[in-house]
Amino acid sequence: MSKVSPDIDDAIAGIEDGMAVMIGGFGGAGAPIELIHALVERYKKTGSPGNLTVINNNAGNGAVGIAAMIYAGMVAKMVCSFPRSSDPRAFTERYLAGGIGLELVPQGTLAERIRAGGAGIPAFYTPTSFGTELANGKPIAEFEGRKYVQERWLKADVALIKAELADRKGNLTYRKAARNFSPLMAMAATTTIVQASRIVSPGEIDPEQVVTPGIFVNRIVEVANPKQEEALLREGAK
Amino acid sequence: MATKLTNAQIAWRAAQDLPDGAYVNLGIGFPEMVAKFKPEGRDVIYHTENGILDFGEAPPAGEEDWDLINAGKKAVTLNAGAAFFHHADSFAMVRGGHLDVAVLGAYEVSENGDLANWSTGPGSVPAVGGAMDLVHGAKQVWVITDHVTKKGEAKLLKQCRLPLTGVGCVTTVFTSLAVIDIRNGRFVLREKLPGISLDELQAVTEAELVVNGTIGDLIVPEV
Repeated sequence: MSKVSPDIDDAIAGIEDGMAVMIGGFGGAGAPIELIHALVERYKKTGSPGNLTVINNNAGNGAVGIAAMIYAGMVAKMVCSFPRSSDPRAFTERYLAGGIGLELVPQGTLAERIRAGGAGIPAFYTPTSFGTELANGKPIAEFEGRKYVQERWLKADVALIKAELADRKGNLTYRKAARNFSPLMAMAATTTIVQASRIVSPGEIDPEQVVTPGIFVNRIVEVANPKQEEALLREGAK
Repeated sequence: MATKLTNAQIAWRAAQDLPDGAYVNLGIGFPEMVAKFKPEGRDVIYHTENGILDFGEAPPAGEEDWDLINAGKKAVTLNAGAAFFHHADSFAMVRGGHLDVAVLGAYEVSENGDLANWSTGPGSVPAVGGAMDLVHGAKQVWVITDHVTKKGEAKLLKQCRLPLTGVGCVTTVFTSLAVIDIRNGRFVLREKLPGISLDELQAVTEAELVVNGTIGDLIVPEV
Protein backbone atom coordinates (compact mmCIF):
# COMPACT_ATOMS: atom_id res chain seq x y z
CA MET A 1 0.00 0.00 0.00
CA SER A 2 1.24 3.44 -0.91
CA LYS A 3 -0.66 6.70 -0.65
CA VAL A 4 2.21 8.66 -2.15
CA SER A 5 1.45 10.90 -5.13
CA PRO A 6 4.22 11.45 -7.69
CA ASP A 7 3.84 15.24 -7.60
CA ILE A 8 1.74 18.06 -6.20
CA ASP A 9 -0.53 18.39 -9.23
CA ASP A 10 -1.35 14.71 -8.97
CA ALA A 11 -2.00 15.10 -5.25
CA ILE A 12 -4.52 17.91 -5.72
CA ALA A 13 -6.32 16.32 -8.68
CA GLY A 14 -10.06 15.99 -8.27
CA ILE A 15 -10.63 19.20 -6.31
CA GLU A 16 -13.64 20.65 -8.11
CA ASP A 17 -15.72 23.82 -8.30
CA GLY A 18 -17.97 24.42 -5.30
CA MET A 19 -16.20 22.05 -2.93
CA ALA A 20 -15.66 22.65 0.79
CA VAL A 21 -11.94 22.66 1.52
CA MET A 22 -10.48 22.50 5.02
CA ILE A 23 -7.00 23.98 5.20
CA GLY A 24 -4.79 23.25 8.20
CA GLY A 25 -2.85 25.92 10.01
CA PHE A 26 -3.21 28.67 12.57
CA GLY A 27 -1.88 31.82 11.02
CA GLY A 28 1.31 30.70 9.29
CA ALA A 29 2.00 27.69 11.50
CA GLY A 30 0.88 24.57 9.65
CA ALA A 31 -0.31 26.33 6.49
CA PRO A 32 0.26 23.93 3.55
CA ILE A 33 1.59 26.68 1.30
CA GLU A 34 2.78 24.48 -1.57
CA LEU A 35 -0.55 22.64 -1.85
CA ILE A 36 -2.47 25.94 -1.71
CA HIS A 37 -0.27 27.62 -4.30
CA ALA A 38 -0.52 24.65 -6.65
CA LEU A 39 -4.30 24.96 -6.40
CA VAL A 40 -4.11 28.71 -7.10
CA GLU A 41 -1.91 28.06 -10.16
CA ARG A 42 -4.39 25.49 -11.44
CA TYR A 43 -7.22 27.98 -10.99
CA LYS A 44 -5.32 30.71 -12.83
CA LYS A 45 -4.61 28.36 -15.75
CA THR A 46 -7.94 26.56 -16.02
CA GLY A 47 -10.53 28.62 -14.12
CA SER A 48 -11.12 25.74 -11.74
CA PRO A 49 -11.59 24.97 -8.90
CA GLY A 50 -13.60 28.10 -8.10
CA ASN A 51 -16.56 28.92 -5.86
CA LEU A 52 -14.86 27.15 -2.96
CA THR A 53 -15.84 27.22 0.70
CA VAL A 54 -12.62 27.41 2.70
CA ILE A 55 -12.48 26.36 6.35
CA ASN A 56 -9.52 27.65 8.40
CA ASN A 57 -9.06 29.53 11.66
CA ASN A 58 -8.19 32.70 9.78
CA ALA A 59 -8.88 34.27 6.39
CA GLY A 60 -5.43 34.83 4.97
CA ASN A 61 -2.57 37.21 5.60
CA GLY A 62 -0.70 39.34 3.06
CA ALA A 63 -0.93 37.88 -0.44
CA VAL A 64 0.21 34.27 0.09
CA GLY A 65 -1.64 31.10 1.06
CA ILE A 66 -5.37 31.59 1.62
CA ALA A 67 -4.99 35.30 0.82
CA ALA A 68 -3.65 34.28 -2.61
CA MET A 69 -6.74 32.08 -3.11
CA ILE A 70 -8.99 35.04 -2.21
CA TYR A 71 -7.11 37.44 -4.50
CA ALA A 72 -7.35 34.89 -7.31
CA GLY A 73 -11.14 34.93 -6.86
CA MET A 74 -11.61 31.22 -6.18
CA VAL A 75 -13.14 31.51 -2.69
CA ALA A 76 -16.90 32.09 -2.33
CA LYS A 77 -17.06 31.75 1.44
CA MET A 78 -14.79 31.55 4.49
CA VAL A 79 -15.69 29.57 7.61
CA CYS A 80 -13.34 30.84 10.32
CA SER A 81 -13.03 32.29 13.82
CA PHE A 82 -10.72 35.22 13.25
CA PRO A 83 -10.63 36.85 9.79
CA ARG A 84 -8.05 39.38 10.89
CA SER A 85 -4.28 39.31 10.56
CA SER A 86 -1.36 41.71 10.31
CA ASP A 87 -2.39 42.32 6.67
CA PRO A 88 -6.00 41.20 6.19
CA ARG A 89 -6.70 43.23 3.04
CA ALA A 90 -7.40 40.28 0.74
CA PHE A 91 -10.39 39.17 2.80
CA THR A 92 -11.44 42.54 4.24
CA GLU A 93 -11.74 44.39 0.94
CA ARG A 94 -13.69 41.60 -0.71
CA TYR A 95 -15.91 41.07 2.35
CA LEU A 96 -16.81 44.75 2.74
CA ALA A 97 -17.59 44.86 -1.01
CA GLY A 98 -19.94 41.89 -0.60
CA GLY A 99 -17.77 39.63 -2.72
CA ILE A 100 -17.14 36.85 -0.22
CA GLY A 101 -19.25 35.15 2.44
CA LEU A 102 -18.32 34.66 6.07
CA GLU A 103 -19.51 32.14 8.63
CA LEU A 104 -17.93 33.28 11.90
CA VAL A 105 -17.48 30.42 14.38
CA PRO A 106 -15.90 30.64 17.85
CA GLN A 107 -12.50 28.97 17.73
CA GLY A 108 -13.22 26.10 20.11
CA THR A 109 -16.58 25.48 18.50
CA LEU A 110 -14.89 25.41 15.10
CA ALA A 111 -12.41 22.81 16.33
CA GLU A 112 -15.12 20.70 17.97
CA ARG A 113 -17.45 20.90 14.93
CA ILE A 114 -14.62 19.59 12.77
CA ARG A 115 -13.77 16.88 15.31
CA ALA A 116 -17.46 15.92 15.45
CA GLY A 117 -17.58 15.78 11.65
CA GLY A 118 -14.67 13.39 11.65
CA ALA A 119 -16.06 11.33 14.53
CA GLY A 120 -19.58 10.84 13.17
CA ILE A 121 -21.28 13.02 15.80
CA PRO A 122 -23.90 15.14 13.99
CA ALA A 123 -24.43 17.66 16.80
CA PHE A 124 -23.28 18.52 20.30
CA TYR A 125 -23.94 21.09 23.02
CA THR A 126 -21.43 23.69 24.18
CA PRO A 127 -21.63 26.62 26.63
CA THR A 128 -19.69 28.71 24.10
CA SER A 129 -21.71 31.56 22.54
CA PHE A 130 -24.75 31.09 24.80
CA GLY A 131 -26.53 34.43 25.13
CA THR A 132 -24.59 35.99 22.23
CA GLU A 133 -25.55 36.83 18.67
CA LEU A 134 -23.53 33.86 17.40
CA ALA A 135 -26.10 31.57 19.05
CA ASN A 136 -29.05 33.15 17.21
CA GLY A 137 -31.35 30.52 15.73
CA LYS A 138 -29.56 27.59 17.37
CA PRO A 139 -31.35 25.18 19.73
CA ILE A 140 -30.65 25.77 23.44
CA ALA A 141 -30.88 23.07 26.09
CA GLU A 142 -30.31 23.00 29.83
CA PHE A 143 -28.08 20.36 31.42
CA GLU A 144 -27.52 20.23 35.17
CA GLY A 145 -28.83 23.76 35.57
CA ARG A 146 -26.71 25.43 32.90
CA LYS A 147 -27.66 26.43 29.35
CA TYR A 148 -25.88 25.17 26.26
CA VAL A 149 -26.00 25.85 22.52
CA GLN A 150 -26.42 23.10 19.96
CA GLU A 151 -23.76 23.10 17.27
CA ARG A 152 -23.57 20.84 14.23
CA TRP A 153 -20.72 18.86 12.79
CA LEU A 154 -18.59 20.32 10.02
CA LYS A 155 -17.29 18.17 7.19
CA ALA A 156 -15.51 18.90 3.95
CA ASP A 157 -14.83 17.36 0.57
CA VAL A 158 -11.10 17.90 0.90
CA ALA A 159 -8.56 18.68 3.60
CA LEU A 160 -5.15 20.15 2.77
CA ILE A 161 -2.67 19.36 5.51
CA LYS A 162 1.00 20.08 6.23
CA ALA A 163 2.85 17.36 8.13
CA GLU A 164 6.44 16.96 9.21
CA LEU A 165 6.87 13.21 8.64
CA ALA A 166 4.58 10.86 6.76
CA ASP A 167 5.03 7.20 6.02
CA ARG A 168 3.64 5.58 2.88
CA LYS A 169 0.64 4.31 4.85
CA GLY A 170 -0.28 7.87 5.79
CA ASN A 171 0.76 8.00 9.43
CA LEU A 172 1.71 11.58 10.29
CA THR A 173 3.66 13.69 12.73
CA TYR A 174 3.60 17.48 12.91
CA ARG A 175 6.14 20.13 13.77
CA LYS A 176 5.68 22.01 17.09
CA ALA A 177 2.52 24.14 17.21
CA ALA A 178 1.93 23.60 13.48
CA ARG A 179 -0.41 20.71 14.18
CA ASN A 180 -3.32 22.88 15.52
CA PHE A 181 -6.39 22.01 13.38
CA SER A 182 -4.74 19.47 11.07
CA PRO A 183 -5.41 16.21 12.99
CA LEU A 184 -9.10 17.21 13.19
CA MET A 185 -9.42 18.23 9.56
CA ALA A 186 -7.73 15.03 8.44
CA MET A 187 -10.63 13.15 10.06
CA ALA A 188 -13.41 15.37 8.75
CA ALA A 189 -12.72 15.44 5.00
CA THR A 190 -13.70 12.88 2.38
CA THR A 191 -10.25 13.20 0.82
CA THR A 192 -7.29 14.25 2.96
CA ILE A 193 -4.26 15.44 1.04
CA VAL A 194 -0.98 15.87 2.89
CA GLN A 195 2.26 17.59 2.06
CA ALA A 196 5.03 16.20 4.24
CA SER A 197 8.57 17.50 4.65
CA ARG A 198 9.78 13.90 4.43
CA ILE A 199 8.17 10.62 3.46
CA VAL A 200 9.61 7.62 5.26
CA SER A 201 9.06 3.88 5.18
CA PRO A 202 6.37 2.33 7.37
CA GLY A 203 7.95 1.57 10.73
CA GLU A 204 10.26 4.54 10.69
CA ILE A 205 7.73 6.59 12.67
CA ASP A 206 7.49 5.04 16.13
CA PRO A 207 3.83 3.99 16.56
CA GLU A 208 3.94 5.73 19.96
CA GLN A 209 4.67 9.01 18.17
CA VAL A 210 2.05 8.88 15.42
CA VAL A 211 -0.29 11.88 15.78
CA THR A 212 -2.60 11.26 12.83
CA PRO A 213 -3.07 7.56 12.01
CA GLY A 214 -2.99 6.71 8.32
CA ILE A 215 -6.66 5.73 8.14
CA PHE A 216 -7.48 9.46 7.99
CA VAL A 217 -5.09 10.16 5.12
CA ASN A 218 -5.66 9.56 1.40
CA ARG A 219 -2.77 11.15 -0.48
CA ILE A 220 0.72 12.25 0.46
CA VAL A 221 3.23 14.27 -1.48
CA GLU A 222 6.74 15.10 -0.33
CA VAL A 223 7.61 18.80 -0.19
CA ALA A 224 11.12 19.03 1.21
CA ASN A 225 12.02 22.34 2.90
CA PRO A 226 8.48 23.70 2.71
CA LYS A 227 7.85 27.43 2.81
CA GLN A 228 6.57 28.78 6.11
CA GLU A 229 3.83 31.37 5.57
CA GLU A 230 4.99 33.77 8.29
CA ALA A 231 8.60 33.51 7.10
CA LEU A 232 7.44 34.17 3.51
CA LEU A 233 5.57 37.29 4.61
CA ARG A 234 8.54 38.55 6.57
CA GLU A 235 10.71 38.09 3.50
CA GLY A 236 8.31 40.48 1.77
CA ALA A 237 6.48 37.98 -0.41
CA LYS A 238 3.89 39.48 -2.70
CA MET B 1 -9.06 62.79 41.23
CA ALA B 2 -6.07 60.53 41.83
CA THR B 3 -3.74 59.59 39.02
CA LYS B 4 -5.00 56.38 37.47
CA LEU B 5 -2.88 53.27 36.99
CA THR B 6 -1.08 52.67 33.73
CA ASN B 7 -1.82 49.49 31.76
CA ALA B 8 1.43 48.01 33.05
CA GLN B 9 0.35 48.73 36.61
CA ILE B 10 -3.06 47.13 36.04
CA ALA B 11 -1.28 44.06 34.66
CA TRP B 12 1.07 44.08 37.69
CA ARG B 13 -1.87 44.14 40.11
CA ALA B 14 -3.64 41.24 38.37
CA ALA B 15 -0.39 39.23 38.31
CA GLN B 16 -0.12 39.43 42.13
CA ASP B 17 -3.30 37.33 42.40
CA LEU B 18 -2.10 34.46 40.16
CA PRO B 19 -2.17 31.34 42.35
CA ASP B 20 0.93 29.16 42.59
CA GLY B 21 0.65 26.20 40.24
CA ALA B 22 -2.16 27.77 38.20
CA TYR B 23 -2.90 26.98 34.56
CA VAL B 24 -3.54 30.36 32.98
CA ASN B 25 -4.61 31.71 29.61
CA LEU B 26 -3.74 35.32 28.82
CA GLY B 27 -5.78 36.93 26.04
CA ILE B 28 -4.12 38.53 23.03
CA GLY B 29 -2.64 42.01 23.51
CA PHE B 30 -2.84 43.83 26.84
CA PRO B 31 -3.45 40.66 28.96
CA GLU B 32 -0.17 39.16 27.68
CA MET B 33 1.55 41.83 29.79
CA VAL B 34 0.45 40.05 32.99
CA ALA B 35 3.13 37.37 32.48
CA LYS B 36 5.84 40.00 32.83
CA PHE B 37 4.78 40.75 36.41
CA LYS B 38 4.30 37.24 37.79
CA PRO B 39 5.70 37.29 41.33
CA GLU B 40 9.08 35.63 41.77
CA GLY B 41 8.94 32.05 42.98
CA ARG B 42 5.39 31.42 41.84
CA ASP B 43 4.91 28.72 39.21
CA VAL B 44 2.36 29.50 36.53
CA ILE B 45 1.79 27.36 33.45
CA TYR B 46 0.54 29.30 30.46
CA HIS B 47 -1.88 27.82 27.95
CA THR B 48 -2.26 29.13 24.43
CA GLU B 49 -5.31 28.18 22.34
CA ASN B 50 -3.31 27.17 19.32
CA GLY B 51 -1.89 24.21 21.17
CA ILE B 52 0.89 24.73 23.71
CA LEU B 53 1.06 24.35 27.48
CA ASP B 54 4.00 25.89 29.34
CA PHE B 55 5.40 28.30 26.80
CA GLY B 56 7.92 30.92 27.86
CA GLU B 57 9.15 34.31 26.81
CA ALA B 58 9.65 35.58 23.29
CA PRO B 59 12.93 34.49 21.68
CA PRO B 60 15.56 37.11 20.77
CA ALA B 61 14.93 38.83 17.43
CA GLY B 62 16.22 36.67 14.58
CA GLU B 63 15.77 33.42 16.51
CA GLU B 64 12.02 33.06 15.99
CA ASP B 65 10.56 29.74 14.92
CA TRP B 66 7.23 30.61 13.29
CA ASP B 67 5.87 27.14 13.99
CA LEU B 68 6.24 28.04 17.68
CA ILE B 69 3.78 30.87 18.25
CA ASN B 70 1.05 31.91 20.66
CA ALA B 71 -2.57 32.77 19.93
CA GLY B 72 -1.51 36.32 19.10
CA LYS B 73 0.79 34.77 16.45
CA LYS B 74 3.86 36.06 18.26
CA ALA B 75 6.93 33.83 18.50
CA VAL B 76 7.42 32.13 21.88
CA THR B 77 9.83 29.65 23.46
CA LEU B 78 9.14 26.49 25.46
CA ASN B 79 9.77 25.84 29.13
CA ALA B 80 11.01 22.43 30.21
CA GLY B 81 7.91 20.24 30.46
CA ALA B 82 5.97 21.95 27.68
CA ALA B 83 3.41 20.03 25.62
CA PHE B 84 1.87 20.34 22.16
CA PHE B 85 -1.69 19.25 21.36
CA HIS B 86 -4.29 19.72 18.67
CA HIS B 87 -7.09 22.28 18.76
CA ALA B 88 -9.85 20.00 20.05
CA ASP B 89 -7.70 19.02 23.04
CA SER B 90 -6.74 22.65 23.53
CA PHE B 91 -10.37 23.72 23.78
CA ALA B 92 -11.21 20.69 25.91
CA MET B 93 -8.76 22.25 28.39
CA VAL B 94 -10.71 25.48 28.04
CA ARG B 95 -14.35 24.38 27.91
CA GLY B 96 -13.78 21.43 30.20
CA GLY B 97 -12.99 23.79 33.07
CA HIS B 98 -9.36 22.75 33.40
CA LEU B 99 -7.87 26.24 33.33
CA ASP B 100 -7.66 28.10 36.63
CA VAL B 101 -7.63 31.65 35.30
CA ALA B 102 -8.30 33.41 32.02
CA VAL B 103 -7.31 37.08 31.77
CA LEU B 104 -9.10 39.11 29.12
CA GLY B 105 -9.58 42.68 27.99
CA ALA B 106 -13.02 44.29 27.80
CA TYR B 107 -15.07 46.96 26.10
CA GLU B 108 -17.78 46.59 28.73
CA VAL B 109 -18.56 44.48 31.81
CA SER B 110 -21.95 44.36 33.50
CA GLU B 111 -22.62 43.83 37.20
CA ASN B 112 -23.90 40.31 36.62
CA GLY B 113 -20.61 39.39 34.94
CA ASP B 114 -21.59 39.73 31.28
CA LEU B 115 -18.61 40.57 29.09
CA ALA B 116 -18.48 42.44 25.78
CA ASN B 117 -15.01 42.31 24.26
CA TRP B 118 -15.25 40.98 20.71
CA SER B 119 -17.33 43.30 18.57
CA THR B 120 -18.00 47.03 18.43
CA GLY B 121 -21.11 46.33 16.38
CA PRO B 122 -21.90 46.43 12.65
CA GLY B 123 -19.60 48.07 10.13
CA SER B 124 -16.39 46.18 10.66
CA VAL B 125 -15.23 42.64 9.94
CA PRO B 126 -16.37 40.51 12.88
CA ALA B 127 -13.70 38.33 14.51
CA VAL B 128 -14.18 36.32 17.69
CA GLY B 129 -11.28 33.86 17.99
CA GLY B 130 -11.32 31.92 21.26
CA ALA B 131 -12.87 34.61 23.48
CA MET B 132 -16.35 33.03 23.65
CA ASP B 133 -14.81 29.67 24.61
CA LEU B 134 -12.42 31.10 27.20
CA VAL B 135 -15.13 32.88 29.16
CA HIS B 136 -16.85 29.56 29.82
CA GLY B 137 -13.78 27.53 30.56
CA ALA B 138 -11.65 28.96 33.29
CA LYS B 139 -12.59 28.69 36.95
CA GLN B 140 -11.92 32.43 37.25
CA VAL B 141 -12.30 34.95 34.44
CA TRP B 142 -10.46 38.19 35.11
CA VAL B 143 -10.85 41.36 33.12
CA ILE B 144 -8.13 44.00 33.02
CA THR B 145 -9.20 47.36 31.69
CA ASP B 146 -9.16 51.09 32.04
CA HIS B 147 -12.03 52.03 34.37
CA VAL B 148 -13.64 54.23 31.68
CA THR B 149 -13.56 54.50 27.89
CA LYS B 150 -11.24 56.89 26.05
CA LYS B 151 -14.18 59.32 26.01
CA GLY B 152 -14.49 59.01 29.79
CA GLU B 153 -17.69 56.95 29.71
CA ALA B 154 -18.32 54.12 32.14
CA LYS B 155 -17.27 50.59 31.12
CA LEU B 156 -18.65 48.93 34.26
CA LEU B 157 -22.34 48.94 33.51
CA LYS B 158 -25.74 47.73 34.65
CA GLN B 159 -26.10 46.03 31.29
CA CYS B 160 -23.69 45.76 28.37
CA ARG B 161 -24.70 47.63 25.23
CA LEU B 162 -22.23 46.05 22.81
CA PRO B 163 -22.59 42.46 21.52
CA LEU B 164 -21.87 40.00 24.32
CA THR B 165 -18.95 37.59 24.46
CA GLY B 166 -20.48 35.67 27.35
CA VAL B 167 -23.19 35.85 30.00
CA GLY B 168 -22.41 35.94 33.72
CA CYS B 169 -18.82 34.85 33.21
CA VAL B 170 -16.51 37.53 34.70
CA THR B 171 -15.38 36.97 38.29
CA THR B 172 -13.01 39.91 38.89
CA VAL B 173 -12.26 43.23 37.21
CA PHE B 174 -8.89 44.91 37.66
CA THR B 175 -9.21 48.51 36.48
CA SER B 176 -7.09 51.64 36.45
CA LEU B 177 -8.87 52.77 39.63
CA ALA B 178 -10.06 49.69 41.52
CA VAL B 179 -10.27 45.93 41.99
CA ILE B 180 -13.85 44.73 41.86
CA ASP B 181 -15.17 41.21 42.38
CA ILE B 182 -18.46 40.13 40.88
CA ARG B 183 -20.52 38.30 43.49
CA ASN B 184 -24.20 37.36 43.17
CA GLY B 185 -24.75 39.78 40.32
CA ARG B 186 -23.16 42.80 42.05
CA PHE B 187 -19.91 44.72 41.79
CA VAL B 188 -18.22 44.22 45.15
CA LEU B 189 -15.42 46.74 45.70
CA ARG B 190 -12.29 45.04 47.01
CA GLU B 191 -9.67 47.77 46.54
CA LYS B 192 -9.53 51.33 45.26
CA LEU B 193 -6.79 53.87 44.76
CA PRO B 194 -6.29 55.62 48.10
CA GLY B 195 -6.49 59.04 46.42
CA ILE B 196 -10.02 58.57 45.10
CA SER B 197 -13.16 58.71 47.19
CA LEU B 198 -15.91 56.13 46.97
CA ASP B 199 -18.23 58.81 45.57
CA GLU B 200 -15.72 59.73 42.86
CA LEU B 201 -15.34 56.06 41.93
CA GLN B 202 -19.10 55.53 41.89
CA ALA B 203 -19.47 58.56 39.60
CA VAL B 204 -17.46 56.80 36.86
CA THR B 205 -19.16 53.42 37.43
CA GLU B 206 -22.67 52.99 36.05
CA ALA B 207 -23.74 50.08 38.25
CA GLU B 208 -23.75 50.32 42.01
CA LEU B 209 -20.54 49.49 43.87
CA VAL B 210 -21.23 47.33 46.89
CA VAL B 211 -18.96 47.56 49.93
CA ASN B 212 -18.71 44.50 52.16
CA GLY B 213 -16.48 45.29 55.10
CA THR B 214 -13.36 47.33 54.50
CA ILE B 215 -12.05 48.59 51.17
CA GLY B 216 -8.37 47.82 50.60
CA ASP B 217 -5.92 50.37 49.24
CA LEU B 218 -4.89 49.69 45.63
CA ILE B 219 -1.19 50.38 45.85
CA VAL B 220 0.98 49.54 42.86
CA PRO B 221 4.65 50.35 42.36
CA GLU B 222 5.99 52.23 39.36
CA VAL B 223 6.60 49.52 36.74
